[in-house]
Amino acid sequence: MLRAVDGVSVSIRKGETLGLVGESGCGKSTLGQITARLLEPTGGGLFYKGEDIAGSGSRNQQDLRRRIQYVFQDPFTSLNPRFKIGRLLEEPLKLNRLGKAAERWSKVSDMLESIGLDESYRNRYAHELSGGQRQRIGIARALMLNPEFLVLDEPVSALDVSVQAQVLNLLKDLQQELSLTYLFISHDLNVVHYMSDRVAVMYLGKIVEIGEMEEVYAHPLHPYTQALVSSIPAERAAQKRERIVLQGDLPDPSAIPSGCAFRTRCMHAHDRCFSETPTLADVREGHAVSCHLWSEESYSVNEIKEVRTASL
Amino acid sequence: MVGNQVERQKILDIRNLRIELKGRRERLAVVDGVSLSVSQGETLGIVGESGCGKSVLSLSMLGLLPKAMEINGGEIWYGEREDEAQPLHLLKPKELRKIRGREVAMVFQDPMSSLNNSLTIGYQVTEGLRLHLGYSRQEAAAQAIELFRKVGLARPEKLLKEYPHQLSGGMRQRVMIAIAIACNPGLLIADEPTTALDVTIQAQILEVMRQIRDQDGTSIVLISHDLGLIAEMCDRIAVMYAGRIVEEGSVADIFDRPRHPYTIGLLNSIPSPSHKGHRLHSIPGAVPALHERSVGCNFAPRCQYAMECCRIEQPKLSPVGFGHTTSCFLVVEEGVRKGDNRNTADRAEGTGEVLYETSVAAEGTGAASR
Ligand SMILES: Nc1ncnc2c1ncn2[C@@H]1O[C@H](COP(=O)(O)OP(=O)(O)OP(=O)(O)O)[C@@H](O)[C@H]1O
Ligand SMILES: Nc1ncnc2c1ncn2[C@@H]1O[C@H](COP(=O)(O)OP(=O)(O)OP(=O)(O)O)[C@@H](O)[C@H]1O
Ligand code: SF4
Ligand code: SF4
Ligand SMILES: [Mg+2]
Ligand SMILES: [Mg+2]
Repeated sequence: MLRAVDGVSVSIRKGETLGLVGESGCGKSTLGQITARLLEPTGGGLFYKGEDIAGSGSRNQQDLRRRIQYVFQDPFTSLNPRFKIGRLLEEPLKLNRLGKAAERWSKVSDMLESIGLDESYRNRYAHELSGGQRQRIGIARALMLNPEFLVLDEPVSALDVSVQAQVLNLLKDLQQELSLTYLFISHDLNVVHYMSDRVAVMYLGKIVEIGEMEEVYAHPLHPYTQALVSSIPAERAAQKRERIVLQGDLPDPSAIPSGCAFRTRCMHAHDRCFSETPTLADVREGHAVSCHLWSEESYSVNEIKEVRTASL
Repeated sequence: MVGNQVERQKILDIRNLRIELKGRRERLAVVDGVSLSVSQGETLGIVGESGCGKSVLSLSMLGLLPKAMEINGGEIWYGEREDEAQPLHLLKPKELRKIRGREVAMVFQDPMSSLNNSLTIGYQVTEGLRLHLGYSRQEAAAQAIELFRKVGLARPEKLLKEYPHQLSGGMRQRVMIAIAIACNPGLLIADEPTTALDVTIQAQILEVMRQIRDQDGTSIVLISHDLGLIAEMCDRIAVMYAGRIVEEGSVADIFDRPRHPYTIGLLNSIPSPSHKGHRLHSIPGAVPALHERSVGCNFAPRCQYAMECCRIEQPKLSPVGFGHTTSCFLVVEEGVRKGDNRNTADRAEGTGEVLYETSVAAEGTGAASR
């Protein structure tokens, strides 16, 4: 059996953006879909405003579906190819019996405009759009119902930086106006940094580091996070990146290595990493990491500093 | 370096290509008079606003245009040697099938729309090897596993038996890359090949692309919104706006001496750590829809420098430096004046507004002569 997400505990505060980054295939989309109730977890609880919403027994399913929206990573698979864009956007309003026809019409117009597409797109089909246009329709559709909580799975990966800026500004504005909460999944670390208050880093189904965005960005602790942060392009796009290149094989998620799952690629792997699985523990206020380098027994504080400078 | 490039064989030569939507009363051009060429072993980057026609342009090179579109004017020539060049725009579907995947391969922007959900990954990767290279089933499977390792896919043996919907977004993308490079194509067209990959795996994919370029002499057309990636990989960059090329040049030309107002606006929108807490810059307005495109410069409705002539006449691509062309009345007018190397950004500074920082020009130039 493959555990796409294994023993993850996260909490997201109202009105905040939690960034979620991590290796391709590590389970980000799976976690996002569980959060948005599109997948059932095989174990564990899921609490929204203090109420356990995991399992189908919970009340107000329909209402929850409306308040928690998911923006798919692959818009192509989530947009019905037989419906025109106008209908796709209006549909959620209709299903929830919101507004009169004229109101729905103008809401669709406003939404199209705010994502940089004009009225003529109403009459197009999803396959008649470019990659980035489709992606924006996916976001617009999720926003139609005024959700409280939005899971955004790679929402701007197909957008040029100018349209991306427009969409990110829109998301920020909406968040401020309506105090929306976002789970923001992306591989673009500059975008995650811009959007997020806190960030969680996943590796092979587990969260290996979590903390305030600025803190993690400035002081990445987990060797995987350090590799990620080292490859962020600097101020100028044309500048060369000094990457920490990870060596070693990617492990098979259905046969996760003993001890620390990252040890096959970690330059600091030591004996303990083979035998003992590290757990997520606070190293500083609001900054937790799951790595033996940071547990007190194995290194003194000075040594930790050295390891960190050596690896950066 | 540049001298060499001029002499190297053009493997792809697109001349004045026009692609239109079919069956409309008005002729709506999705791609409007694009000329581009790629030499052997060269990497050409294409960047531009979402919806400007990059994917349509690349699909046309493989004869895979959507049904609603057709080529109406212009030529696409492909060939590793000049005397063997083939007119891709004239070939029949059967002839194109022989070239596709074998000589010209493509990584599609949308993996789910090009991978077949009812066939195993193994079948889809080995198909080309068996069809084009005559591999046996076992040989092809062994080669597929090798390819999966190359693109950083874990558990390659098991993947062969899985279906596309069982993979994560980034895994599908890497399967597509494996399929594209399977038969050592002469030209690889990669449309947003790394959007779903984390930076560490992205680095690995770039390494694979460099390898096939340097060892096998494969030419690459790389389409991406990731300007850092473009800067890192490409020899030359073409900037597209609303179906036309508006600027073309070396990495240093585009990043350090951008001339077209759209290019400058684009570079200004890159989010960087210092933007945190501020609103991001974006070019005001939106791309004109196909039916709104005018006889003049397509950027005019959004351009702060737009003049009378911009709305009446279409600016032509004209040289503003060695190997650097742009289509803008403003720039061309100034650029041809001898000894004037100020660029649009500098002039904007005069108006009290910095358009784009060009302070690290020397370093950028070094990168371009790599
Ligand atoms: N329907 C499915 N059936 C079986 N396995 C699946 C299915 N969907 C996903 N998986 C597996 O679960 C793991 C996690 O996938 P997930 O899509 O959550 O990754 P991700 O972190 O979103 O990756 P990416 O960044 O590439 O999108 C992967 O190993 C994938 O192969
Ligand atoms: N099948 C189709 N029928 C009609 N119009 C289409 C079709 N496919 C694409 N278009 C339109 O053609 C234009 C160019 O699309 P294309 O996919 O080439 O854009 P792109 O530059 O690749 O954008 P992106 O960066 O968002 O992927 C877009 O305006 C799009 O809406
Ligand atoms: S626990 Fe060991 S192997 Fe795992 S990240 Fe830390 S040092 Fe590396
Ligand atoms: S031609 Fe005119 S409208 Fe077009 S980019 Fe140049 S100045 Fe602006
Ligand atoms: Mg995903
Ligand atoms: Mg595209």
